Amino acid sequence: MDQLLLNTGFPILSVIIFLPLAGALLLLFTKNDTICKNIALLVTSLVAIISIWLIFGFDKSSAQFQFGEHYSWINTLNINYTIGVDGISILLILMTTFIMPFCVLASWSYIKTRIQAFMICMLIMETAMIGVFAALDFVLFYVLWEAMLIPMYMLIAIWGGPRKIYASIKFFLYTLSGSILLLVGIIWLYTANNYSFYIPDMMWQDYSLTAQVYLFLAFFLAFAIKVPMFPFHTWLPAAHVEAPTAGSVVLASILLKMGTYGFLRFALPITPEATVIMMPYVLWLSIAGIIYGGFTALAQSDMKKLIAYSSVGHMGFVTLGIFVLNIDGVEGAILQMVNHGITTGALFLCVGMIYERTHSRELNTARGLGKYMPIFITFLTFFSLSSFGFPGTNSFVGEFMILAGAFEFDTSLGRFPYLALAAIPGAVLAAAYMLRMLQKIIWGGTDNPDQSWISDLNLREIVTLAPFLFFVFWIGLGPQPFLDLIHTSVVQLLDQFHAHQATTVAAANVLLN
Amino acid sequence: MLFLPELTLLGAGLTLFIFSLGKPGSGKIRNLALSLAAVTFLATMLCINSEGTLFYNSYKVDFFSQFFKVLIALATFIVIIFSGKLDGIKEDIQPEYYLFLFMSVLGLMMLVSSVELLAIFISLELSSFAVYLMVPMRKAGKLGGAQVEAGIKYLLYGVVATGLMLYGMSYIYGLTGSTHLAEIADKLSRMYNQPAAVIAVVLVLAGFFYKLALVPLHFWVPDVYEGASNETTSFIATVPKLAAVALLIRIVTLVTPDGNAMTQVLMVCAIASMFYGNLSALVQTDVKRLLGFSGISHAGFVLLGLLTFDLTGYATAMYYIVGYVFMNLACFLVVCTVAQNGDNVSIDDLTGLHKRAPLLALTLTVGLFALAGIPPLVGFTGKFMLLVAALKQGYLLLVTLAAINTAIAIYYYLSIVRITFCTDDADRGSVITGRFHYILCFSLILIIIIMGTIPQKFIDITTTAVQTLV
Repeated sequence: MDQLLLNTGFPILSVIIFLPLAGALLLLFTKNDTICKNIALLVTSLVAIISIWLIFGFDKSSAQFQFGEHYSWINTLNINYTIGVDGISILLILMTTFIMPFCVLASWSYIKTRIQAFMICMLIMETAMIGVFAALDFVLFYVLWEAMLIPMYMLIAIWGGPRKIYASIKFFLYTLSGSILLLVGIIWLYTANNYSFYIPDMMWQDYSLTAQVYLFLAFFLAFAIKVPMFPFHTWLPAAHVEAPTAGSVVLASILLKMGTYGFLRFALPITPEATVIMMPYVLWLSIAGIIYGGFTALAQSDMKKLIAYSSVGHMGFVTLGIFVLNIDGVEGAILQMVNHGITTGALFLCVGMIYERTHSRELNTARGLGKYMPIFITFLTFFSLSSFGFPGTNSFVGEFMILAGAFEFDTSLGRFPYLALAAIPGAVLAAAYMLRMLQKIIWGGTDNPDQSWISDLNLREIVTLAPFLFFVFWIGLGPQPFLDLIHTSVVQLLDQFHAHQATTVAAANVLLN
Repeated sequence: MLFLPELTLLGAGLTLFIFSLGKPGSGKIRNLALSLAAVTFLATMLCINSEGTLFYNSYKVDFFSQFFKVLIALATFIVIIFSGKLDGIKEDIQPEYYLFLFMSVLGLMMLVSSVELLAIFISLELSSFAVYLMVPMRKAGKLGGAQVEAGIKYLLYGVVATGLMLYGMSYIYGLTGSTHLAEIADKLSRMYNQPAAVIAVVLVLAGFFYKLALVPLHFWVPDVYEGASNETTSFIATVPKLAAVALLIRIVTLVTPDGNAMTQVLMVCAIASMFYGNLSALVQTDVKRLLGFSGISHAGFVLLGLLTFDLTGYATAMYYIVGYVFMNLACFLVVCTVAQNGDNVSIDDLTGLHKRAPLLALTLTVGLFALAGIPPLVGFTGKFMLLVAALKQGYLLLVTLAAINTAIAIYYYLSIVRITFCTDDADRGSVITGRFHYILCFSLILIIIIMGTIPQKFIDITTTAVQTLV
């Protein structure tokens, strides 16, 4: 338990985890739609405000899990309610708490039916999502990871677009069948670790190589589907396109990060040797995802699909950064997770705003909006620039660090810069599809549809988008405070990883001699 | 005091018998049955801590049996509540229907207390024959003669299973010279590796495999579930499973852990049940049939706990079957309520249920997600603990196959949820629900969630219950 710094004062983590759930219970007894919306907004904002305290109370110089809480849950199986935050998870938790109020705001007029149920689903999602990032007990993690499927399924299946049934079932089946073997892996780890589900206890143990490879494959299937990595990405465009705006934002900004978070939290520390063995395959799959996502996005006429495929590319960068296994790469990957959450979330909000006006997601019906929606276009332009990593915006920093990491990439055979070179076309493609979309929406051509009846953003919508823009530039121009939060944990993770690697290699050499 | 619940049931039977001589209206007879069931439940609660033996040691009252009796009485009570006015049963034979229902419950209660082969056999037959009669009592309705066919099938397969069991019992008696389980356990432990002993125990298990609907004794399930009236199916799908698991645990404890052959037999049955049940359920269109097939796969899951041959495993199996009964009750509650005039319910009949009856839709969804094993509901916690118990014994392949089955199963459960929640177009008229239904729906949802999220108390209880066996 020495990796866990117990929190003796105000149980802040538990509060931000369970406050949304309490809000959801409260909503059960609220009949009025407006009151429902207000309660949901109030609760999510309150959670966001409370979570700011995490930044100030967080000790940046320590790689321990902080704000820890530990209660016994199921004694018989030694399952505990153990939570804590370290540098890897803190930014993701903050991102979750900050994005949720805007998801509620974005649904204000978008969702017209069964508002009460919608808000309940959103609040339950928030509890599960924060919980997943904070869980330090593998069963707690798995329970929340799976429990999330029900509200997310409902979000897509009830409030989704025309093909919502297909999309929601595909999402559910894909994610569930991916994580089923993870469950077996968890139980195996439990039996191999003196019947403990405590995650830090499972890290850096000497499991046999065969066991590690199987475990890694179980992890990989679960997390790669969630990320989603090429070729496990096919559920994503369907789910994104059909989900309501808030659902898309939650999906893109937060759910996808759970996959990459899983790699960092579980795959690297629990199966280090297998990670090294599998690394080349994962890296090339990442490159394939970057290129494939870029080309596919270039061919889309549906804006949501375009952004969904761009996500496949961006998340390819993140897995690339993680698996080059050096500090620049991993820190860049974590930062890029946050960036992608901000930028893609904002882009989905933008598309949602167009959809509310034109009731279409087709690029062609949105041609020439620039003339009538100047404020909107300003936002859209900045987010698009951010999406393809324009200098000065957040994604530039992230992608730059990841590419720097990829250039530094060291294998036992020497440096291997081709990896980074292979990823470069992805960055170019991103510019191509984003600028193409921008060009059409702002100017279009001579045959633009009549858009004169369309009104520009109202105050609520501006309030929804402005904070995203703020973070785009803050991270873009001054990323240091964010990197400071994650630095110590990443250094410790990689140090231990390479140290463990060295001892295993040494042991193997002794055996050989 | 030791025999109070059973006496109450006998009294209930007699009362119903007297009423069946006249022509009481269906509302009146329902209220009577409801109060009798409530009294039985209270009687079982009163006796929950009693201990002792009766009838020359062939009838044992301990916490294990009393715990199951409470559950049996509770489940019966719930089934009677949501059965309403027995829409599916011919009006003039409703008192007889209840009479047989109570007799069957009596048989099941005696079963969980029986520790002697003949007592087991008699109670099993009492409980089965009453149900054989309940199946064809359904109104002919749209079905034609399906209910009679179901009754005959149920009877024939049942008789075969009983035959197998009797045959096995004769072997056991031949090998050990006793019919008391305690003596048998003692003597069998010295010959567990002999083929005759294994065959004998397996044959005895067959009788309960039949009740629990495990492959290879599952053939009756789909047709009986479909052919019997909704109320009868609700009963068959829940209450007898409790008793069957209780007896399976009692008999499996006879075998010593190193009974390798037994483990393998149970393992094959478990895997076959899971795959057969889940794969067949994928293509069903009738809700009851689908739940029947899903029941087969769940029975396979229960075996995971039994084949560990240790106390935690048994306790987990108990916890799981209790959870299963509640999840199933939640689903059947909806089936019985949605059914019009006691007809069968196809998946399409649930179209747009969220509009017609929001609470029922929620109950069904919670029940189905629980059956599918999605956390934080009881189905997940149960499955998870069963998998842990099995992997502790090192059955990695078995656990992997079981986990894969969970993924297969999700599809058909989801397809029902999809229909209830995501279709708005065809409005099929609202569903009338009474005040009892409201309370019942809420309680079932709460039980399913609470058992899933804070299971410690329940596990403690089942562990104590199992410990009284050894």
